[in-house]
Amino acid sequence: MQLANKKVSLDECPYVDEEAKTALEESGAPPIGLVKFGGSGRELEIGDETELYRHEKKFYHPTVLTLAVRDNVSEDEQRSSIEQAKSLEFERVGQMIRLDALALCNESGESKAFEALAQLAMKECDLPLILFGVDPESLGPTAKICQERRPILATANKSNLDEMIALAKELDLPLCISADNLEELSEISTMTKEKEIKNIVLDLTRSDLKQQLEDLTIVRRMAIKSSFRPFGHPTLIWSGTSDEELMKATLGIPKYASIIILQSAAPEKVYPLMTLRQNIYTDPQVPLQVEEKIYDIGSPQPDSPLLLTTNFSLTYFTVAGDIEKSGVPSWLLVANTEGLSVMTAFAAGKLTAEGVAKLIETADIKEKCTSGSIIIPGMISRMSGKLNELTGLNVIVGPRESAALPKFLKNLPG
Amino acid sequence: MALEIPKEKFVGKTVQTRLGATAEQGGTRGKSLLIGAAEGLPFHSFEASNPNPPLIGMDVVDTLRGIDDQLKNMMGDVIADPVSWAKSCESEWHADFVVLKLMSANPEEENRSTEECASTVREVLKAIKLPLIVYGSGSYEKDSKLMEDVSGAAAGERIFIGLAEEDNYKSFAAAAMSNGHGIVGFSNLDINLAKQIAILLMDYGVNREDILIDPLQAALGVGLEYSYSVIERLRQGALMGDASLQTSIICDCSVAWNAREALDANGKLGKVTSRAINWEVITAETSLIAGADLLIMRHPESVKMIREVSGSLLGGE
Repeated sequence: MQLANKKVSLDECPYVDEEAKTALEESGAPPIGLVKFGGSGRELEIGDETELYRHEKKFYHPTVLTLAVRDNVSEDEQRSSIEQAKSLEFERVGQMIRLDALALCNESGESKAFEALAQLAMKECDLPLILFGVDPESLGPTAKICQERRPILATANKSNLDEMIALAKELDLPLCISADNLEELSEISTMTKEKEIKNIVLDLTRSDLKQQLEDLTIVRRMAIKSSFRPFGHPTLIWSGTSDEELMKATLGIPKYASIIILQSAAPEKVYPLMTLRQNIYTDPQVPLQVEEKIYDIGSPQPDSPLLLTTNFSLTYFTVAGDIEKSGVPSWLLVANTEGLSVMTAFAAGKLTAEGVAKLIETADIKEKCTSGSIIIPGMISRMSGKLNELTGLNVIVGPRESAALPKFLKNLPG
Repeated sequence: MALEIPKEKFVGKTVQTRLGATAEQGGTRGKSLLIGAAEGLPFHSFEASNPNPPLIGMDVVDTLRGIDDQLKNMMGDVIADPVSWAKSCESEWHADFVVLKLMSANPEEENRSTEECASTVREVLKAIKLPLIVYGSGSYEKDSKLMEDVSGAAAGERIFIGLAEEDNYKSFAAAAMSNGHGIVGFSNLDINLAKQIAILLMDYGVNREDILIDPLQAALGVGLEYSYSVIERLRQGALMGDASLQTSIICDCSVAWNAREALDANGKLGKVTSRAINWEVITAETSLIAGADLLIMRHPESVKMIREVSGSLLGGE
């Protein structure tokens, strides 16, 4: 029982023989293996997913967005790509989102040029690396230089499989494998596993979106629903040429790609993709929340209107948007309701007159906002008496729906 | 040994719905469009037949209030007038259908009369051959009368009118049924409300084939994940045999233009115009993958890109 619950490891049992041990470990393994790569401090985890649909539980390990850098372009170009990758880091709704990794590509086919690129990348940044090439001889020296960063070695296929496996084994690195079709991929995956490579990544890049969706779906489905071990690994896709890049990455994020390699890093493309990743990988049980504080919308003056809402991100965005629409600069006080919307929070006792009064006091709201009034959502009009009593503020009951705020604010006397 | 690919078969399928009426069908549309009849998950052609590809429509708003200035500049003078806007949707941007949003009827703003709005509908129908969907202002009271007039103005054309909710569905249903139109039912990101509005409409006498459901499209960055999962669940519910969910899903992706980050001037986020277009395309593509049957788009460039997405998902060029 303890074993089934993963409380103890099989290694602790003195009586079980090797064969039984392998069989037991196999049956207890997660449907999709967890692969870690990247050096200490910037380690990334991929795989270990258990669902086909996020609403059934959640997706655990967000897609790793990776920028490709080639070894056959000038050092200046390489340097500027690396700089660009580093600069793609933003704070969004309280979380840091960033471009996560670099894919170094041995386009030149030479080991010297590849080594130089790897040296540069390691000097300039601490991003996790994926080493792409088809010639193990040319990849080998670079892989050794980067070993401490724990890069993923890519890509093994049927023509270089033995050498790539040997290299991955020697350096104890994850290995990415690819094949023209799923049947061949399952064979290569089985062979790789037999050679005791545990950390495998499946390259599932396909040319059109139809085949891309189909293969990503089948692999995920077989891994989870049929416990088909050869497909029980994280996945990687190349997003293709610049025209296709956005559409392919947009497909890959919700549809099971663990790593997406981008060819270019224009922020107007990457920022929306990072936002999509953050959205899709939000835990459906734990709504996205904004920080509890007072927000200024427009450029409010001390006597501008003060409004109250909850920290459920969707509620906040809606209310903030509607205030903006009104053109009336305002203060928006966001109370922490653990991500519940106004009605739910009120019903669940997470949005109370006492709580709001305390927030007004601790956040020094009255110093900042001198209008002497607070506008509360129409849904919680019942709170008005008590809130007035506790804060001394004139409590104005606002509209029930946020959409009515523009008109309401425009018609506000004074 | 050949790899055995597990295929999912479902008991349910969505109903087939027709938009627009040609001369033979009693209207004046150039052609009518079929949507629905899906037997499987979207774009899963390896295991299911989904005979009708998604439809990509564009919206036309009859007032420029509430449309961002940057967007106005991108779209040009053509959008100053709903008729010329609709014409561009048809001849320049190749939309499959047009959604005319009669926002000017809003009694709290312009409060244009229902007769005037109905005449806009008439003019648009005269100017274009595409199937038409007409949305009201969002005011329950005003829209009841508005839809009565709109329905008459579009008699025979098999338009769809929206958005019907619990509080106004009877007037929408009556208006639609009197002239053979369809209805777009609205649910606020809630699968149970989606069921409920479909059941209310059907109990009132509306055919299932005459209903589309709008589950509320939230834009990228402002709740897209809710829409994504609700659409997935709606489609799965339909395939599992829930008759009240077997209507086609329409998603209004033009909401991307209201997302603050889409048009944010912050230079660190890259070029505004392409970011905003990407914002709309990502919003639309995720909805397609989740199971949207009809998309409402705003920017011509987004339409072009999402058409490529749809084509590639269907396995074409």
